[in-house]
Amino acid sequence: MSKQLLLGDEAIAQGALDAGLSGVYAYPGTPSTEITEYIQMAPISAERSIHNRWCANEKTAMEAALGMSFVGKKALVCMKHVGMNVAADCFINAAITGAKGGLIVVAADDPSMHSSQNEQDSRFYGDFALIPMYEPSNQQEAYDMVYSGFAFSEKIGEPLLMRMVTRLAHSRSGVERKEPQQQNELSFSSDPRQFVLLPGIARKRYKALLERQASFIEASENSPYNKYFDGPNKKLGIVACGIGYNYLMENYPEGCEYPVLKIGQYPLPKKQLMQLIESCEEILVLEDGQPFVEKHLKGYLGIGIKVKGRLDGTLSQDGELTPDSVARAVGKENKSSFTVPTIVAMRPPALCEGCGHRDMYNALTQVLKEEYPNHKVFSDIGCYTLGANAPFNAINSCVDMGASITMAKGAADGGLHPSVAVIGDSTFTHSGMTGLLDCVNENTNVTIVISDNETTAMTGGQDSAGTGRIEAICIGIGVNPEHIRVVIPLKKNYEEMKQVLREEIDYQGVSVVIPRRECIQTLARKKTKKVK
Amino acid sequence: MKKDIILSGVGGQGILSIATVIGKAALKDGLYMKQAEVHGMSQRGGDVQSNLRISTTPIASDLIPTGKCDLIISLEPMEGLRYLPYLNPEGWLVTNETPFINIPNYPEETLLKEELNKLPHKVILNVDKIAKEIGSTRIANIVLLGATIPFLGIEYEKIQSSITEIFERKGEEIVQLNLKALDAGKKIAEDLI
Repeated sequence: MSKQLLLGDEAIAQGALDAGLSGVYAYPGTPSTEITEYIQMAPISAERSIHNRWCANEKTAMEAALGMSFVGKKALVCMKHVGMNVAADCFINAAITGAKGGLIVVAADDPSMHSSQNEQDSRFYGDFALIPMYEPSNQQEAYDMVYSGFAFSEKIGEPLLMRMVTRLAHSRSGVERKEPQQQNELSFSSDPRQFVLLPGIARKRYKALLERQASFIEASENSPYNKYFDGPNKKLGIVACGIGYNYLMENYPEGCEYPVLKIGQYPLPKKQLMQLIESCEEILVLEDGQPFVEKHLKGYLGIGIKVKGRLDGTLSQDGELTPDSVARAVGKENKSSFTVPTIVAMRPPALCEGCGHRDMYNALTQVLKEEYPNHKVFSDIGCYTLGANAPFNAINSCVDMGASITMAKGAADGGLHPSVAVIGDSTFTHSGMTGLLDCVNENTNVTIVISDNETTAMTGGQDSAGTGRIEAICIGIGVNPEHIRVVIPLKKNYEEMKQVLREEIDYQGVSVVIPRRECIQTLARKKTKKVK
Repeated sequence: MKKDIILSGVGGQGILSIATVIGKAALKDGLYMKQAEVHGMSQRGGDVQSNLRISTTPIASDLIPTGKCDLIISLEPMEGLRYLPYLNPEGWLVTNETPFINIPNYPEETLLKEELNKLPHKVILNVDKIAKEIGSTRIANIVLLGATIPFLGIEYEKIQSSITEIFERKGEEIVQLNLKALDAGKKIAEDLI
């Protein structure tokens, strides 16, 4: 078969389709979004009725995928790294229940925080859950790992974690496909209580999981993704994880002078690590993200093996690896002949011209700054987080999905007025609804602005789980319908919007203001489609 | 043959369409290729770039190391300057001269020109104007691509057939318009160097 030009994300998707996938479950999040989008666009998804609709959040995605695995089918779950925090309850317990049909969880990490609020390393989650992990170094490996990973998951009866990073997720290269497989037939575990984690059962299953750790290490030792390359200079031995290997080899086009252990599958392969440590004076660990392997090797006291990496300052402890930082770590330097002229200014992202969030913020800040000097605005994750920048300078917080409503609640409980939350429609259905219920139960004095653009805009305009039903959801949760106010965020409506905001801020209790206007990006795309 | 190219511009300008044409041509040529893109937050009017690496031998890194870039292709003059540390001493900057001003502290145009003129190897052209003369501002990207032909290391015919393939479904007229844009850009670059 000829090579196909695929993003790392697309390679995962194609690998899963070719392995006989029955369902993908995901909530959009950079840099993982393109996996699910690729499956949605693939003709085979319709032919085979492969589940591919977006989920309300990462937790519902993880649980639905476990359900599909329960009936013996192959399921894929995709999320960005912070989504792992949302899915963690099910993810950790899924290691105890184990899997029936092949189950692969993809966590796409974002070192350097290109589009994220932290750079947590998902390998800690895999270690925590005690399950095997993959970390590809290129698009072909990403494809191969997923393609063969479902069979491995079924063989060991456990979910697998596949750790990606932004640079690989969003880089294209040629990928060679393998023979497409059939989907699994419906089948169930021979143990009817496998998924019933009552303490008595969970204890047995946990013990069994612990006992199988040695076999997971053995699988890593025999994995084609962990390779030992000998080198003549034993002063240094290099452990290169995932794309760290690429950056190393970029600096040694003729081959590396030091022995190198390339890591693509975890738990770490003991045999090859021992070989490296016994034959080399010092160890250098190259890993994108946090010092996961380095910590393991070094130990807390650091009095054993001599290990260099992010902890001793050989590499920066934050930020992604680059070919340049890896060059410096091996004593090389990539020189530049030019510098960036001082006149070159920063060009931060901004809300699109014509975006409804702009009009929402204009009206909101006019009211709050002029009439309510004691206000605070708690915001959330989405395009509207850009309201933190000039000219709006409108928000005081952005922490995690849904935190706007609950933080506004806590602040109101503590005596703040006006305590305002600004959240998008998709973030609201992801994790805001439960917080709203807390507010309703105590009739907390908060004003919640659900800025509804009828899409998940920041990640490129995916479906939003509550489109068309935001008021109904709020009423269902128990908000007084008189205090659910819908406005159209347009310049000509500023006076009306301001009046509605004033009334709802002055109302002692839970009020929801919904400025609703479709995202101009999705609108433009629909118009182009119509013309075609 | 090995070419390391940085494409730059402002989110929404469409640098990836240029990458698609070059990528298709490279793949046709049986070359190895890696192309790192920026998705997500920066696409909202922020600075965007793509690292495109083409080679007759396998490529290790998805990112281009400092000082190793052969060609910067920029749809915006200030954005081209942003990646200068990556350019090798013999490398070329091919840039559109029209500023995209969406920030309050955008540099003065005379200062910008001064900086561009300092570079030893550059092609500066007004792709929007040329595109308009040919018939549509929507082909500005292809004019810019045309201006990189002398430095690409991929045969002109391969780029032409790549364009033909990509625009085929939009009709013969659009294909011809794009080929004309490509040719116009190429001529300007050839006259300048």
